[in-house]
Amino acid sequence: MSALGELSRLKKGAKGERTQNKAAFVFLAPWLLGLLAITIGPMLISLYLSFTDYNLIQSPNWIGLDNFTRMLHDTRLMNSLRVTFTYVIVGVPLQLGLALFIAMVLDRGMRGLAFYRSVFYLPSLLGASVAVAILWKQMFGTTGLVNQVLALVGIQGPGWISNPSTALGSIILLHVWTFGSPMIIFLAGLRQIPVMYYEAAEVDGANKWQRFWKITMPLLSPIVFFNLVLQIIGAFQSFTQAFIVSGGTGGPADSTMFFTLYLYQKGFGQFDMGYASAMAWVLLLMVGALTAINFFASRFWVFYDD
Amino acid sequence: MTTDIDSLPIDTTGTGQNRPTRKRPRESRGTLAFSRQARVKSVVKHVILIVAALIMIYPLLWMVVSSLRPNDLIFQDPSILLKTMHVQNFSNGWNALSNPFYRYLLNSAIVVLGAIIGNLVSCSMAAYAFARLHFSGKKMFFGIMLLTIMLPIHVVVVPQYILFSQIGWINTFWPLIVPKFLATDAFFVFLMVQFIRGIPRELDEAARIDGAGHPRIFLRVILPLMVPALATTTIFTFIWTWNDFFSQLIYLTDPNMFTVPVALRQFIDSTTTSDWGSMFAMSVVSLLPVFLVFLFGQRFLIKGIATTGIK
Repeated sequence: MSALGELSRLKKGAKGERTQNKAAFVFLAPWLLGLLAITIGPMLISLYLSFTDYNLIQSPNWIGLDNFTRMLHDTRLMNSLRVTFTYVIVGVPLQLGLALFIAMVLDRGMRGLAFYRSVFYLPSLLGASVAVAILWKQMFGTTGLVNQVLALVGIQGPGWISNPSTALGSIILLHVWTFGSPMIIFLAGLRQIPVMYYEAAEVDGANKWQRFWKITMPLLSPIVFFNLVLQIIGAFQSFTQAFIVSGGTGGPADSTMFFTLYLYQKGFGQFDMGYASAMAWVLLLMVGALTAINFFASRFWVFYDD
Repeated sequence: MTTDIDSLPIDTTGTGQNRPTRKRPRESRGTLAFSRQARVKSVVKHVILIVAALIMIYPLLWMVVSSLRPNDLIFQDPSILLKTMHVQNFSNGWNALSNPFYRYLLNSAIVVLGAIIGNLVSCSMAAYAFARLHFSGKKMFFGIMLLTIMLPIHVVVVPQYILFSQIGWINTFWPLIVPKFLATDAFFVFLMVQFIRGIPRELDEAARIDGAGHPRIFLRVILPLMVPALATTTIFTFIWTWNDFFSQLIYLTDPNMFTVPVALRQFIDSTTTSDWGSMFAMSVVSLLPVFLVFLFGQRFLIKGIATTGIK
């Protein structure tokens, strides 16, 4: 069962069994300590700091909602929201669509499956690294690999990374390139759809398109949903690629200034910790709200067979 | 049409057994379908897949080849044919930064090793409690644990930074290792819970009848049986920690303490750098451990993703 399935099923379950509180406490002690000291405690402190002007040197002063009103007038922040949302809204569906497409091509015990799966999966393991971000920066440079290849067919490509209108696109492409891990999840999900459904549909004269929409999609929808939720949450937190490709600036002209990159600059560049905390909470609320919307919308398209 | 899905043996343990749809004759072997048309279709499909696979790994191949080319050739030749091996890039890159590169590899190795041990110990303990013990508030705690998987790190990173700087842990590896001993990578707790649930309870019962308490059941029965889950955890922790940039960037500012990702970043920091070959050489060096883990641990990686991703 996926983490999401678990969450929605927590209500059900047996009651009235003998508890083993003592043993459980011992086994959970590290996790509980971590939850309090590393997660919930810092979350609460960060909530408090978001209402202060803390800068790491002077003690924090309560300034009410100033940080949040300041955000509304911070054009760079508003721009970073636009950049981040563009990245998520374009990148995630492209990546998942490609993952599903390739998974469907690879399904059903074809020859060379293991080889293709490995090749398509490898980039998603390396894609988060600084090394690949460096590679991307060079590939999409003015004389980079991409333009060298384009030159072979007589096209003079722009400096993709140095041009504000294409820089974000290059980073989105990097995200799409890492479609391998959702592809693995789709492959595992496709395997659990009984072949007899397809055979029955074929006998009834259903074409490929109909089989996809009437069999594959409904039965795969919980997995599509799982991938969608996790990829959106993950994409909102992307940092390394934009940081490396832009050399830490979010440039050119703030076109790759992700929300997390701006947060880093404010918090760890200028040590404006109060403002950075407020930004972090806005990020949490945005991700939370989007996930909630996703869960709500899932009622209309996700099909649970049990 | 939904009636018999429930009765299908669904593979929750990832052991690969009971997979009903796996072994099935190739479609093209049917007497009707085994036609020339089906064959042509299959060939076309493979050609497209091979081209797609080549496009996918071409950037990586280009990087490896570029790490063996002299600087003036890198941005002129899009092919991946090597005429000469310019191995000086590796020795130049190795010594290009303020420390020889092995220093960064060593630092990364320390952080990765600490993170792996921490995750193995703390996550398996928590997973045993969630999978096998009954305790008050279990559902609530389990729910909280699942929610923390999805929590953006940025919400906690500022106070964590303040906390760790106040106890003098900036420019040490402790902020990167200690949280792992406190099971903050809840993803692995969940992965192990899933796995333990697939281990027959009769084994626990038998040990209990023999007089074993929970610590002994955990150590002698459950842990040896969950080796595949531990392997998956080890491999994922290795790759994620090795690649992790954000927290290492924040906590490590002293060049002597730099890990590989933070050190690599220096290559692009100095805008005057024109030694692309060295930069690519060290990039290749930094990816090599991940690639090796991928080669030898692929089975666990794929199972790990598949079992936590689907029911």
